[in-house]
Amino acid sequence: MAALTLKDLIKREERITPGHRLCPGCGEALFIRQALLAVDEPVVMAVATGCLEVSTTIFPFTAWRIPWIHCAFENAASTIAGVEAAYNALQRRGKELPRIVFMGVAGDGGTYDIGLQALSGAMERGHRMIFICLNNEAYSNTGYQRSSATPIGAHTTTSPAGKAIPGKPQHRKNLTFIMAAHEIPYVAQTTVWRWRDVVEKVRKAAQVDGPSFINVLCPCVPGWGINSDETVEISRLAVETCVWPLFEVEEGTKWTLNYRPKEKLPVEEWLKPQRRFAHLFKDEKGREVIRALQERVDKEWEFLLRLCGEG
Amino acid sequence: MGRKVMALEGNQAVALAMKQCKPDVVAAYPITPQTEVVQYFSQYVHNGEVHTEFIAVESEHSAMSACVGAAASGARAMTATSSQGLALMWEILYIAAALRLPIVMALVNRSLSANINIHCDHSDAMGARDTGWIQLFSENAQEAYDNMIQAVRIAEHPEVLLPVMVNYDGFIISHSVETMEVLDDEDVAKFVGEREADISLLDLEHPVTMGPLDFTDFYFEHKRQQLEAYKAVPKVIEEVGRQYGELTGREYGLLEAYRMDDAEVALVVMGSAAGTAKVAVDERRDSGEGVGLVKVRVFRPFPAKQLSDLLGKVKVAVVLDRATSPGAEGGPLYTEVRSALYDLDSRPLTMNVIYGLGGRDISLEHFHQIMDWAFDAARKGEVREPLRFAGVRE
Repeated sequence: MAALTLKDLIKREERITPGHRLCPGCGEALFIRQALLAVDEPVVMAVATGCLEVSTTIFPFTAWRIPWIHCAFENAASTIAGVEAAYNALQRRGKELPRIVFMGVAGDGGTYDIGLQALSGAMERGHRMIFICLNNEAYSNTGYQRSSATPIGAHTTTSPAGKAIPGKPQHRKNLTFIMAAHEIPYVAQTTVWRWRDVVEKVRKAAQVDGPSFINVLCPCVPGWGINSDETVEISRLAVETCVWPLFEVEEGTKWTLNYRPKEKLPVEEWLKPQRRFAHLFKDEKGREVIRALQERVDKEWEFLLRLCGEG
Repeated sequence: MGRKVMALEGNQAVALAMKQCKPDVVAAYPITPQTEVVQYFSQYVHNGEVHTEFIAVESEHSAMSACVGAAASGARAMTATSSQGLALMWEILYIAAALRLPIVMALVNRSLSANINIHCDHSDAMGARDTGWIQLFSENAQEAYDNMIQAVRIAEHPEVLLPVMVNYDGFIISHSVETMEVLDDEDVAKFVGEREADISLLDLEHPVTMGPLDFTDFYFEHKRQQLEAYKAVPKVIEEVGRQYGELTGREYGLLEAYRMDDAEVALVVMGSAAGTAKVAVDERRDSGEGVGLVKVRVFRPFPAKQLSDLLGKVKVAVVLDRATSPGAEGGPLYTEVRSALYDLDSRPLTMNVIYGLGGRDISLEHFHQIMDWAFDAARKGEVREPLRFAGVRE
């Protein structure tokens, strides 16, 4: 597989058109555009209910130049599994079809929470699909409610920063590890900072003859309380603080770290520019939460380094 | 043309019909009393007897979702379930119909929890009556088999393009061995043909966006258009039923009128109870009493006109429901029949009898009792108890 340069990418036909209604600076928009440009083959996509779906298909308009379906919230994985099964059966019935890349896309709500069962089932059954989690760490489409991807301490509308409880009391769960435990051919974690990391991971996933999963940290401008020109910088800080390490796992056992920060920054560097964490800097209770987050990040980072043979 | 007589369980017959219809994709999850359908079908797949992609999903919700994805890709998609499984599919049932996807589902009718009960009633299907699915009911294994085959033709008809649910009673039909006639594989293949979809997610030259966001400015029009689709359905069901009759000698319509000539009392029934009821009707006819039966084969779309034509001249129509509609005037079939009769110049008296919930047996004696109630009402010219129960301990 030849690596793609930026020059190659800009020559390709856009598969999602401008004019969609995602927010300026939306991490999902940055990712999905690059992901689609990265794939050589035709793509058929199933998208879960969420920001990406509602912002790109307001009838009678559509931003998609690829075959695309939205079924419901929790079932992007099983819907695209049905598409892939149809493809296999129709080929067996004698239809001539080129190699198609099947993509299931959901937010963290549709992946970590309500869609986890359908996703786990689809991965276990081995459908040839890339499942992409556009992880903005909450239910952004309904106005930023907490999910199991929301980090501890974050203010969301269902884990508000209150006098008694400073934001979300629980740590997020580590879904990328859960997906790696499915021992599928390819699992990766990325974010919209280094475009090459995004492009290469999507291309790798597209070539897999089986299921693959990519967890993408996608900053949400209104939900995180950042400016629309800060998306890439916040993503960078997520990586530099090791809140969101870039890594990949092949067949559940071959772990590779794709980027090691020269100097691991404290989590405050990632928290500070985001309004959803502002309350944590105001009192001792908040600082305690920051310490808990730092502890968790350190522990997970050490564990990841060991898995990647970088310890 | 080949037909052979076999002794088959209802589930076996339905799995065979599925195999003979050559579905591209079957996505299903086991649940009593449907389980055998999935088992038999997996065996066909593992023996290499079908080209089908069988997706052994992790839930019924995913079964219906995968069927949506498959049917939207131009595949012939099928599934089978019962009771709680149908309940779990709920939100996707509406989506399958609204996206105009010709999915065929065998629904082995079973009661709904709580309390948990694996036996037959029609509450699962009746709850799904407004999802937009065409609903066929079967009296026995032969009809379940015949309905499955016809369902493919009905669903995929270009004027229909709607999902079809083939209902047959859990255990009573699904697990009873019956002598029945099955068609040769080639005859079924010829009858149902192959699915060729006009719109498909795999048509790369014509990319489509399916299931978009549809707000106050268009949603209503789309729902209005969906309603139009059901107008063509009865005619297609009758046409397919006639053609199936030419092939097999068993012709099907929207409903079956049994000994309705000059009937004073009519029973209106769906499913396996129609078999027992027919025997009871015969016994009454033998002793010279004017009683007949109407078996409703198609519940959605509801054959209101045909029913009112048949029931217009009787004195008392007794509607039997194997489901309840808590808080309503009676069971779902009863309220539909009552509404169908409203425009008649002279309407029969009506009674509703709820029977067989959770698989409670309904016997010949029960039917005689029900007919006694009806003849009594006919004599008195009034129905004192419009809602009664057969076979329950009060």
